[in-house]
Amino acid sequence: MKVSLDEFDKAFENRIRLQIMSVLSANSNYDFNSLKELLHVTDGNLASHLKALEKEEYISIFKSFIGRKPNTQYSATEKGKSAFKKHLQVLENLIRQQK
Amino acid sequence: MKEKDVYTELSSIRNLMERSSKFISLSGLAGVLAGVYALAGVGLGYWLIKTTSGSNQSYDYMNEPLIFWQLFMIALAVLVFSVVTACGLTLRNAKNKSESVWNPVSRRMLTATGVPLLTGGLFILIMLMKGEYDYIAAACLIFYGLALFAGSHYTFVDIKWLGVCQILLGLLALILPDYGLILWAAGFGVLHIIYGSMMHFKYER
Repeated sequence: MKVSLDEFDKAFENRIRLQIMSVLSANSNYDFNSLKELLHVTDGNLASHLKALEKEEYISIFKSFIGRKPNTQYSATEKGKSAFKKHLQVLENLIRQQK
Repeated sequence: MKEKDVYTELSSIRNLMERSSKFISLSGLAGVLAGVYALAGVGLGYWLIKTTSGSNQSYDYMNEPLIFWQLFMIALAVLVFSVVTACGLTLRNAKNKSESVWNPVSRRMLTATGVPLLTGGLFILIMLMKGEYDYIAAACLIFYGLALFAGSHYTFVDIKWLGVCQILLGLLALILPDYGLILWAAGFGVLHIIYGSMMHFKYER
């Protein structure tokens, strides 16, 4: 059964972006390396998706150093959280409609 | 998009949210073994006191430096064995699930449990130094229960109830210091075995 995709958030079309938002909505913040490990993705791949989410203003970035190592923390913005919630709602409605 | 895809999508989101915010590599088996060590420690300690004091009821064994240090070493051994077992089995568990043990959640969990545990440890050491032995069992149970409760936010919810039970036993031990050792054995021994086996069967099979 085909359903219209109009209601879907374009930013979440990509699987990894949706996964990033899942993690950031369950945690107040998460760092780059832990995200990479959790999602099993490469540096470049993760960075580009994070950049895309940042451009949408769905996530905010906090950079700092631990010793000499850069430590980048990401957290979901209010805008991002509500977009994620809406996306889940659309998915749930889809299931309900089909029943 | 097919219906099945939506289902898998939702369940993968759910799974990821849970995995990223809960530390699920804790081993129930480690709890069981910690309980066994605790009971063995209590048994050994009890036997030690019984053989030295004989039938003399009013014998004040805590004033014997030798007995004091032997009991202290038994307690320390129970603690070290439990911690080593817990770390080892948790590492093995994490490896089986191909998860890392050192992630943001485990760090948060350790910070949350660390504060009450460290405070409790120092509290007990200070009481020992001051020669106040009556409430040590109560203090162990209460601070350990508080640590479990604080850490439960980052792992299985069962841990929260284990923490509450330990706190209640601790408060009871405060009211009835004469039964301190028995309540300690009930908390660290019996409860660990019950909760450990419950978690083992619930999550590790």
